[in-house]
Order: sequence, then C-alpha cells, then structure tokens
Amino acid sequence: MAEAAVQSASSVDQNTAEDRPWVGRSIERVEDAALLTGRGRFIDDLGTPPGTLHAAILRSPHAHADIVSVDAEAARRAPGVAAVLTGEQVKALTSSLVVGVKAPVECWPIATERVRYVGEPVAVVVASDRARAEDAIELINVEYRPRAAVVDPLAALAADAPVLHDGFPGNLASDRSFSYGNPEQAFAEATHRFSIDIRYPRNSCTPIETYGVVATYDAAENAYDILANFQGPFSIHTVISRALKVPGNRVRLRTPPDSGGSFGVKQGVFPYIVLISAASRAVGRPVKWIEDRLEHLTASVSATNRATTLSAAITADGKILALDWDQVEDCGAHLRAPEPATLYRMHGNLTGAYDIRHVKVRNRVVVTNKTPTGLNRGFGGPQVYFALERLVQRIAIGLRLDPLDVIRRNLVPANAFPYRTATGALLDSGNYQEAIARAVEQGQLAELKARRDEARAQGRLYGIGFTAVVEPSVSNMGYITTVLTAAERRKAGPKNGAQATATVALDPVGGVAVHVASVPQGQGHRTVLSQVVADVFGLKPQDVRVNTEIDTAKDAWSIASGNYASRFAAAVAGTAKLAAERIAVRLARIAASQLNVEPADIMFAGGFVASKRNPENRIAFSRVAALCHWSPGSLPDDAGQTIRETVFWTPPELTPPDDQDRINSSLCHGFIFDFCGVEIDRTTFETRIDRYVTMHDCGTILHPGMVNGQIRGGFTQALGAALYEEYAYAADGSFLTGTFADYLLPTTTEVPEPQIIHIETPSPFTPLGAKGVGEGNCMSTPACIANAVADALGLADVTLPLVPAKLADLVRGPEPEPPTGQSKAAPTREGDRRLRGEGRASVNGAPEQVWTMLLDPQTLQAVIPGCEQVHKVSDTHFRADVTLGIGPVSGRYRADVQLFDLDPPRAVTLRGKAEGALGFGTAEGRITLEPDGKGGTQLSYSYDAAIGGKVASIGGRLLDGATRVIIGQFFAALARQAGGGAPASGISMFALLAKLASLFGGRR
Amino acid sequence: MKPAAFDYVRAESVNEVLEGLSKEGGNARVLAGGQSLMAMLNMRLAKPRLLIDIMRLKELNRIEEQAGVVTIGAGVRQAALLAWPELARTQPLLARALPWVGHVQTRSRGTICGSLAHADPSAEMPLALIALGGEVHLRNARRRRRVAATEFFLGMMATARAEDELIEAVSFPARAGERCAFREVARRHGDFAIVACAAVATSKGVRFAVGGVADVPQARDWPRLDGSALDDALNGFAYELDARDDVHATARYRRDLVRIIGRDLVREVLQ
Amino acid sequence: MTRLSADGRHPVRFKLNGRPVEAEAEPRTLLSDFLRQQIGATGTHVGCEHGVCGACTVIIDGMLTRSCLTLAAQADGCEVQTVEGLAPSPDRLGILQQAFRRNHALQCGFCTAGILMSLDHYLRRHPAPSEADIRDLLSGHLCRCTGYTPIVKAALEAAAELATTTQEKSDA
Ligand SMILES: Cc1cc2nc3c(=O)[nH]c(=O)nc-3n(C[C@@H](O)[C@H](O)[C@H](O)COP(=O)(O)OP(=O)(O)OC[C@H]3O[C@@H](n4cnc5c(N)ncnc54)[C@H](O)[C@@H]3O)c2cc1C
Ligand code: FES
Ligand code: FES
Repeated sequence: MAEAAVQSASSVDQNTAEDRPWVGRSIERVEDAALLTGRGRFIDDLGTPPGTLHAAILRSPHAHADIVSVDAEAARRAPGVAAVLTGEQVKALTSSLVVGVKAPVECWPIATERVRYVGEPVAVVVASDRARAEDAIELINVEYRPRAAVVDPLAALAADAPVLHDGFPGNLASDRSFSYGNPEQAFAEATHRFSIDIRYPRNSCTPIETYGVVATYDAAENAYDILANFQGPFSIHTVISRALKVPGNRVRLRTPPDSGGSFGVKQGVFPYIVLISAASRAVGRPVKWIEDRLEHLTASVSATNRATTLSAAITADGKILALDWDQVEDCGAHLRAPEPATLYRMHGNLTGAYDIRHVKVRNRVVVTNKTPTGLNRGFGGPQVYFALERLVQRIAIGLRLDPLDVIRRNLVPANAFPYRTATGALLDSGNYQEAIARAVEQGQLAELKARRDEARAQGRLYGIGFTAVVEPSVSNMGYITTVLTAAERRKAGPKNGAQATATVALDPVGGVAVHVASVPQGQGHRTVLSQVVADVFGLKPQDVRVNTEIDTAKDAWSIASGNYASRFAAAVAGTAKLAAERIAVRLARIAASQLNVEPADIMFAGGFVASKRNPENRIAFSRVAALCHWSPGSLPDDAGQTIRETVFWTPPELTPPDDQDRINSSLCHGFIFDFCGVEIDRTTFETRIDRYVTMHDCGTILHPGMVNGQIRGGFTQALGAALYEEYAYAADGSFLTGTFADYLLPTTTEVPEPQIIHIETPSPFTPLGAKGVGEGNCMSTPACIANAVADALGLADVTLPLVPAKLADLVRGPEPEPPTGQSKAAPTREGDRRLRGEGRASVNGAPEQVWTMLLDPQTLQAVIPGCEQVHKVSDTHFRADVTLGIGPVSGRYRADVQLFDLDPPRAVTLRGKAEGALGFGTAEGRITLEPDGKGGTQLSYSYDAAIGGKVASIGGRLLDGATRVIIGQFFAALARQAGGGAPASGISMFALLAKLASLFGGRR
Repeated sequence: MKPAAFDYVRAESVNEVLEGLSKEGGNARVLAGGQSLMAMLNMRLAKPRLLIDIMRLKELNRIEEQAGVVTIGAGVRQAALLAWPELARTQPLLARALPWVGHVQTRSRGTICGSLAHADPSAEMPLALIALGGEVHLRNARRRRRVAATEFFLGMMATARAEDELIEAVSFPARAGERCAFREVARRHGDFAIVACAAVATSKGVRFAVGGVADVPQARDWPRLDGSALDDALNGFAYELDARDDVHATARYRRDLVRIIGRDLVREVLQ
Repeated sequence: MTRLSADGRHPVRFKLNGRPVEAEAEPRTLLSDFLRQQIGATGTHVGCEHGVCGACTVIIDGMLTRSCLTLAAQADGCEVQTVEGLAPSPDRLGILQQAFRRNHALQCGFCTAGILMSLDHYLRRHPAPSEADIRDLLSGHLCRCTGYTPIVKAALEAAAELATTTQEKSDA
C-alpha cells in the first residue's frame, strides 16, 4: 500500500485555528498509531514473569446439582500439571465474596458442594501451558446429583420452586417497596389506568477481548500482585482483598495499557481475580488465565433480565399522574457485588424524561440458575425504559393520540431545571422540548410519516417508533444503599459521592504528564485529557503525555475509580482540568514575578506564559514549568510546588438516600430523543431499519468524533439487543447460545448509520459542563425499535429480541393443514426442552426373544460401538463407559441405566443418563412389544430425552434434529438386529443415551 | 479452547492420504480448508489421532470441464471456484449459491468438497449438489467409486463416505441448472441457512430443493405446476421435511418459508 | 511422508511480512498462538477461536485466513502477512491506517488488525469498491465498539486515495 507520512490532524488544525481551544475539536487520537500497527499492549500481549503457569477451568454442565465427588487424581498426574484446585481448596485459601445484600449467604468464585449455573467453575487446573491444562481438565471425573433448576424470575418466586440458597428463602434476595408523593390517590382519581407486562431478556455487550488475569502471590510479604483487564469500579478492590484475606495494601491491582472493550462487562472479571490469585498462592508461582470465548459467553457476566409490570394513572388528555412499578430483577445464581445495583442505578430516574410526581415502586431481587449478572452498558436503563416507553406508546394507542404528543405532554418543563424527580434525582440541565423540536425538524419526521403512509398504501409493513430518555451518568456510590431501609442505612454508615482523581505533573524540562484512574477500554481518554490539559497550559495536545493505567500500589485512586457509568467526560476529565488549573495558578504567580506583572494579567497561550496586556512580555512555558525542579529557591514564597498536583473531586450533589428513600442516583442527566422507521419483510419477517434518528444532549461536547463514536457503538449494541442478541436458556437451565454462531452480534451488513443530532445544554454540576454519553442508546434504541415494530404489525406486545420467527408466529394466521393422509408436524419440543417422540418398528423375532435381548447385558459390550466396559450393578441396573461419535464429533461417556416397570414380555421402562466432557443426557423410554401375528413383534416406543452441557450450548442449532435421528436409528438397528436373528444387540437404553449425549450440532 | 493433541501429516501424494486413512480409519481426519474441522478441534468436539492435510496436493486442486460436466477437486477452495471465469456459464446455481457460504474470509480457505464431507444440514453446497444431481467421487487405497447426491447424504453430518475414503472430487452434470433460482434466509448475512431453497428447470418441469429444514437437503421433481396444484405440492413437501424448532426459528416459520419462497422460485424458473 | 508426532515440538519456518522467522511448535499449536507467543507478533488478536469474530485474520500466500482456524504447521514454508507489516515504516502509517485514524474507525482497537488485513487484501484487488462491497467483505468481522460506519467510510476513503496515488505514480 502506498506510503504517506504520519500526519496528525492536530497539526493541520493548528495553522488554521491557533487560538481555538482544543476541547471540542475532533483531533486524531493519540491511541491510534500503536493500535493500527499492531503495537497495542493488551493483557495477553504483555510478557509474564519467568515460570508463569497457565490455568484452565472445569465448568459445570448442570444448571443445578450437588457435587457428589470430584476425582482429580488422573488430572494431577497428567503431564505438565502443577495443581488441581477444587472448591474445597479455594475455600481454604480465601473467604466468601461480598454478597450484595445482608443475608446469610455465601458466594465463592468456584462451586463448593453445589453448582448453580451452567458454566460455574468446579475445578482449576494449573499447568505448564493452556493446552495441557485443558488436557487435564478432561481427566477430572465429577459426579453430580442433579436438582431441579429454575430460570424464570417469576417462576423462581413460586412456592414450589427449587431454592438456590437457604439464606434466600423462596429465592428472594430483597423485597422493598417505596412510595413517593401520593400514588394511591393519583390512581384513584385518574380517568384511565394503563398497564404493561414486560419480560426484558438477558444479553451482554460481549467485548471482543475476553477476560485476562495474571496473578502472583508473594509469600514473603503475604501479598498479591495482580494484572487484570478489570475496568472498575475500584470499590471491588475491597471485595478482592477481603476475599483474599489480606489488607487492601497487600493487593496490588494493575491494569494493562490497552483493553479490548468492556462496556461494563470487565467489572465481572473480579471473581476470577480471586480464583487465579488463590491458584497462584497454591502453586507458589505466577498464574495466568485468559478466558476463551465459550467461557465468556457461558459464564462471564450478563445484564439482568427483568419481569416488570408497570401501570400508569392517566388523565383524559394523556397526562401521566402516577406510575406503579413492580420489578422482579433476576441476578442469576449469585448476588455478587455490586448487584443488585442494576436495579437501583435508575432509582432516581424511574420517571424518565417526564414530570410525574407520584410513584409507587416494588423492587424484588431473585436468584435463578443462570450466570450471575453484573455491569453492562446501559446498566438498568434498558430494562426501565423498555417498560416505560412501551407503556407510553400503549397510552397513545389507548387514547387515540399521537405517541409523540403523549411524550411532549409529559416532559419535564424547560424552565424547571435543576429538577428534582419524585424519586430523588436532580436533573441538572436540559431543554427537552427544544431538543425534540429540533430532532423532528432536522430528522424530517414529517417526511418519514409520509414514507410510512406510502408504504402502507402499497401493503407493506411499515412502522414508526419514538422514545424519550434521560441518560444518567456519574453514579452516586451511595445509590445502591437504597436497597437497605433507612434504619439499616443508619446502622451501616453513609455511602455517597463519586470520587474522581487526576494527577498533573511537570517534569524537569517542562513536560506535562497526566495520570487518571479512568481505565479506558477504547474510549480515547488519553486524547481527550491531552486536549483538556493542553487548553489550560496553552500547549498542544502532543505536549501532554497521558497515562491511564492503574496501579493501586502507587497511584491515586478511590472506590469510584474506573470506567463505568459514563463518568469520564463529566467527572474525570473535569478533575484533570482542576488539577491542571491548580498548577496553572501557581505557574502564573511564578511567571508574574518573572515578568513583573500581576498574576491576574497572566495567560497561557502558544507554548508561552505571557502578559495578557502585552503578549510580547512572555516566557516559555517549559522554563516556568521547570523552575520548581531546578531552582525552588527562586520561586515566590507563597507559590507552592508546581511539580505534581493530585485532585480528588466529588460533586456535592451526590448525597446519600434520604429518610424517604429519595436518591440522587447520578450526577448528570443527558437527554435522548429517538425516532425510527422500520419495515418488516412480509415473507421473512425480518426487521429492516429504514431510518434512525437520534438526538442527544450530553452537555458540552469535548470531542465530537468520539462522542459520535460512543453513540454509534451504543446504537449498534442496542440494535443487537433489539433484533438478535439473547443469552438463551432452556427451562432446565441449559445454556443455548454458547458460540458467536448462536449469540448473534450485528455485523456491517445489519447496521445502518443513524442520523445523529446534537444540542448542548452544559451541566452546571461538572467542571467542563460535559455529561456522559456512552450508554444512552442502549436505553433508548431497544424500546424505539420495538415501538416501531409494534406500530408496523399492530401488536400490543412485543418481546426482545425481535426474532423474525417470533414475529411471524404472532402475526400469521392459522397454518395451512397438511395434505390429507400426511401426518401433522413432528412432535415439537416443549418449553422445558425435553424432547418427546414416539415410533414403531417391526421385528422378526417373537416378543419373548426380543425381551431377552433387551435385558441381556452380556452381549452389550460386543455390540455397542465404542463400548469399553459394562458393569452390571444388578439385574436391572447397568453402568458402562462408551466412546461415541457422530460424524467428526466424538467423546467418552459414563452411562448409567436402570429398568423399571417390567412387564415381561410386554413392556419395560428404561431410565438412564450419560455424562462426559461434551455434556450429559438423560432419557426415559417406554418400550412395548406386541406379537404381530406373523411370528414377529411389533415394537413401539415413546421417549422423553434431554441433553445439556457443552453440546447444548454450542450445538443448539442441530441438537434436536440429531437427537431424533439417533433415536430413530437406534430402534431401526434394534429391528435389524432382531430380524437377522443375531444375538441381543446394542439394545440398551444407555447406548442410546450415550449416543444422545455425544451429539453436537457441528456449527463452525 | 485449545485442541487435544494429534499427529499431523502434510500429504505429498494422494496415496499418502489413502494410506493414512486406511491405517488409522476413524482416528484420522482429512484436513481441508479447516473452516469447520478446526473450530471443532478447538472446542474439543473432535479428537482425532491424526490429521492429514491435503491442501498442498496439486493433483486435487483442479477444476475441470469435460463435455459440460464440471469436476471440482478436493483441494479447490470456495473462493477459487467462485473466481473461475466459466462458473456462471457452466454452473449458474453454484455461482448463485456460493456467495452465501460464510464470508470472504472463510471462502478463501474452505473447500467445496470439505463442505460436502461435513454435511451440515444448512449448508449450501450439499443443497446445490442435491438440486443439480451431482456425484461425489470417493477413493480408498483399493478402489474408486462414485456416489449420487441423493445417496451420499445419510443424515445430519453423516454421509456415505467410509472412514477410509477420501472425497477426491465432486462433479456436477452438464447443463444442469441452466435455468435456476436460489434464495436463502438466515439470521444474518453469512450465517448458516434457516431455510435455503433452489429451483432448477428440468426437461419435465422443475426440481425444487430445500436445505436447512430436514437433516439432509431434499429435493422433489414436479411437472410444470401452477396455482393451487403448486401450493399443494409445496405444502406437502413443507410438512414432509419434518421441520424443527431451534433458537433461531420455529418449525412453522420454516414451513412457511418453504411454501412462500418455493412458490416464487418455482414460478421464476418455469417462466 | 513426514508425520509430526503429537507430543513433539517441530520447527516451523515461514516468511512473516517478508522476513524469515522460525520457532518450534506442537502439531496442535494454532497459528494465532504461534504468531503471538512464539514469534512475539502480538498485533494479531484472538477473539473467539471458532472463526467468527475475524480478529485473528491474516494473509497466507495471498489468501485471507483465520489464524485461529489454521495450524502453525500448515504455515510452514508460506508467506504470512500480519498487521505488523502494513505500515511503510515504524514511524509512518499507510494510507488505509491513516484513513482509519482520521475517521475514528477504531476505539479499543482489538478487532482492528483483522479488519485492516481484510481491507488491505481486498483493496489491492478491487481498487474501486462500492459501499455494499465493503460491507459484504467486512461482514466477516465483529466490532463491538464502532458501529462499523466509520470503518466503511475509512475503507472507501482509502480506496479513493489509493486510486489517485496509483494514478499519480503511473502518470509520473
Ligand atoms: C464464520 C463461518 C461461517 C460459515 N458459514 C457457512 C455457511 O453459511 N454455509 C456453509 O455451508 N458453511 C459455512 N461455514 C463452513 C464452511 O466454511 C466450511 O468451509 C465447510 O463446511 C468445510 O470445508 P473445509 O474445506 O473448511 O473443510 P474442513 O473444515 O477442513 O473439514 C470439514 C470436515 O470434512 C472432512 N473433509 C474435508 N475434506 C475432505 C475430503 N476431501 N475427503 C474426506 N473428508 C474431508 C474433514 O475431515 C472434516 O471432518 C462457515 C464457517 C465459518 C468459520
Ligand atoms: S479469533 Fe479467529 S475468528 Fe475469532
Ligand atoms: S474497535 Fe473495539 S471491537 Fe472494534
């Protein structure tokens, strides 16, 4: 490819606009040259200490089961293996992770005694390399005793639901009710009441780089040195040190220079930090673990799914008087800190962009047999706004109003800022009416409506959706305590604020260095900070070197440090500005004395410190900056040092919840108004986004290019959540979307370019006037697309993701009947994922003969392919080891079969299971034998089978099909064998079961 | 996600391949483009003792046209076939279906024969083979044989290839699919098909083939049908395919697509 | 016939971005791991190890290749190109790389190496691509940060610029 010199836009800009501030310009990013040339430094790119070992994790195939035994002897003896740690050993080295609510419940980074979700760690193998660690994993034999599982949050609350933790009776981890204003009266007086029931699905932002940890235990000082692509909040540091049973100053947590995306997700690496640290302690060597993609999808972390019933009290003209929220939050199998934060992050914002004074809330948190939840872009916003904005559309339809009119009618008035919401948030600034007016005009809503009319006139399925959303940013570290009662809070002590830290330092030749504890994952923090600080000192961004790595042993940090809640622009960048300004004030004093002017007359511009009145009277910035190093004695007495300044900044607005449970959960509140036009294909029911308009008010824009980048990125993830992405579970807790071929991320061919429009109302509460912007579309877009789809199809209820088959089933009329004489559809899989079916076969032998075959284990070994050992436990109970394969897929299984309800020679029930590295299968079958009158036997069978574990999560597409094929083949073989008069053949349910379990849908 | 250990042979002649296969049988796997096999190895779904890499064998890397019959060797990558200038003229259905196989980055490595050997029920190449009535050329250390498309696919990921056999090539009959139509519905661009349909005009009428629904792609030969006769035929076929639910689509949805797309495609080729 | 045994380590030699490299690998070692861990070329990233995300895409003998679906042993004797070979010199960026930087076509940069390789390969062969061509090409890559449009824009800009530079060169 042709050459060209590296040329940065900043140098181009410079000639044209010397005096324009850097902030607000889309300069090229300092991060990019390294990333574009393969010189990024992500965690797996960094060298490890000599002698580092590698970990692999054995994970549970069951959603809920007791661990009866773990036999790791063979694994311990395997080549290259240093250690195998089970729950017991990890437990001995650590203490339980903090649980999000006060309850007698423990939470370990590895299963102890019981597994509660598919993918939960069961053992850790530490070996010389990853491949050998994985080899050894396969040698570990775990015996499980399965328990019933529950995956639905409402089902988990049922009286007879299986209970995950004794300390959470009825699976209920928290149940709080709140009332603000007088909702009862409002509902009583309202003309209308509208309600909506929502099931918000599970999904995750799945960064392309997975988790990574390198942990080193220092026995001499009983301390841990940990490198992890953790993203904060660093409140988790306290959780880690507590779990590792050392004081915080003995946990040195470092982050790599680059991180391959996070979107909240990399907060969830912390249980692995504890696990791998414990492993390092056990083996006395550094241990490295890089999560693989299957592990990530199955067991890293996900957003919460939530069941919500939302009701609104409405006046005749569509004004919302009151809301009644009933939210059941599903946090998965463990309530890991900081959960149930997803539920409370939005607590101050439950009225969205609307002026609603009466609110009733019931918040319940439940545990289910799914992966524990954690931070994910949008964090509670998608769940809340999907309910609220779907309801607004319902109200409009119910009252025959334009949805946009209902939105407009209820907006917080433009002159009401700062506006205190009913539930306690202080909306800092905004002009929602103006924002909407501009979006409607610039986004050409009128034209879009005409398009809809035209499309509909042609019989096409076209709809328009709207959403208005307040995007909170800079979380109050105290919001989570809203889960406690006021009395409990008093006892626990206050929690609030959002400490941001920034350090600005000048070196002996006047170079400027900035350090912040912001841990970016691609958001270009280094670039923006160089702009911010360059403006303060009158320098160019290139003159400012920024470091955003964290080393908790050396750097200024606090519990709020990290990259989440869109806090960078609003809090961190502002704090860096404050730090730079503190130094600038001192530099001004020094320069003033050198230039013989008043400090008030000093300005910083073009690399000089100069007199405003007489710019010729100036001194090079680097000279003044270096002075404090070389000649502190010549500084004015009261100037103070200018070498290094660290500022801690927390906004006073972030107070703890008050006694009425009002909480200002976030500092800043951006505004988003979206509308879109979608068309649904009549054949395929695929949703095509025709046009998407998104209006943002994120306060002052620091870097337009990056702001738009955040919006597009968030929009794309939200598009995925709306149309493609779901962490799907079967009713038995099997995880069904364990590869990138099943968990579908949008690609270039699915993502349109949204039209982005801005309006800026600066936040009065942040140093730069900026607000967060990264999460808004994750909150607004799913609801906006769903509203448009509901409009297109005339549906009252739509559930995400908007899978074409699901939409088709909602809209299409009855199916054409099969031609006469042809059987109807195949047995469909029930919601519980058990596969049922039946069939029959003709066998030449008499029923008595067939019966003997069925019960004869002796011949099994000879006839079942891959059968290595048959062990007869009793006349009706067999165990065997079998190796089986379908196509290229093969695996080894331990099978166990019992016979019941024997009715010789007429009928028998077989029940059994098989378990191996690729998964497990259970099945029950009833076989009946009837003489066919010609000396042969008519054999009929019915079965009921289920498969779980790895095969289910990575082969979902082909699994059911393969299962049925095998069952059919098995009985066909039975018929063949019997017909040929051969001795009893592989007619054992366990062969069948093992075969079932060996199936995989060979997708990619 | 690292493969279990295996031996590796880069074959320097077809005989080496056949020798390896006959010695190791089911414990050996042919490594072609690796676009399906390697992922299964990484996931440890497959744990062969020996991999035999056939991709440096010049004699397998041939596309030949003889009297209109197009024969594609085991070493021919999907991208190479797509770039073959004679493709659209000789095998228009392949030209239409190939761009639906994965992505540019997988077609550049994956082979036509590897896709047939893998026999994914949603894959496009097996569907094309069934629709066009092609033949698979198999060979072991002792003999060569040819298997017709309809006999080759036995079930999901199961074929008539014996463990010691190499698929040497696949051939597509002359002038098959001169008038043809192809359409696929997948969740996203480049995904395996939820339903893929191909229609080919025949001397008597039309052959209509469907992939992604049953365990193997299936075809029906019909006279020139139209109106409700066509609808009935499609409806019957849709039910016979015994569609199933999975995470991406329901059985009913699949049957609907067979009926609707089928009608469009059959009409298109019969026009 | 040389059979590389499973438990041994065997020399693998190939040209990486024009320069010979050599190290030992087991038969099961993936090319992605070999490049990163044995050769130290960590610019090629690993995001899924099942061929879907595209982060590991490299060029082998002129073919776009998922290095996670390729054995190191398979690359023996080949010409391998990776992101480290794209820039004309350590302190200069190529036209495509510049277009990426200008258009903010990367955020975290984890997916970027693979995308650059696909585009570099494609633009050399298709000097005047349409937006649809580029979108089709890049559907074999996942990016979780950018929403893709800036990447598509950067690719089209680079294509246009490359066309004019080649033009100029041939004019000269
Ligand atoms: C991201 C992605 C998307 C994909 N999307 C699709 C898609 O939409 N449609 C589709 O059809 N495919 C798709 N595929 C799979 C396709 O790309 C593979 O190329 C194809 O299935 C296998 O061909 P291969 O040459 O890569 O074979 P390999 O992976 O090397 O082998 C596959 C199997 O066939 C056997 N085999 C291969 N060649 C022979 C032979 N000559 N003789 C005997 N046995 C042999 C192997 O032993 C192995 O069991 C996708 C793959 C990826 C990674
Ligand atoms: S790592 Fe190779 S495609 Fe994802
Ligand atoms: S830039 Fe982060 S994944 Fe593409």
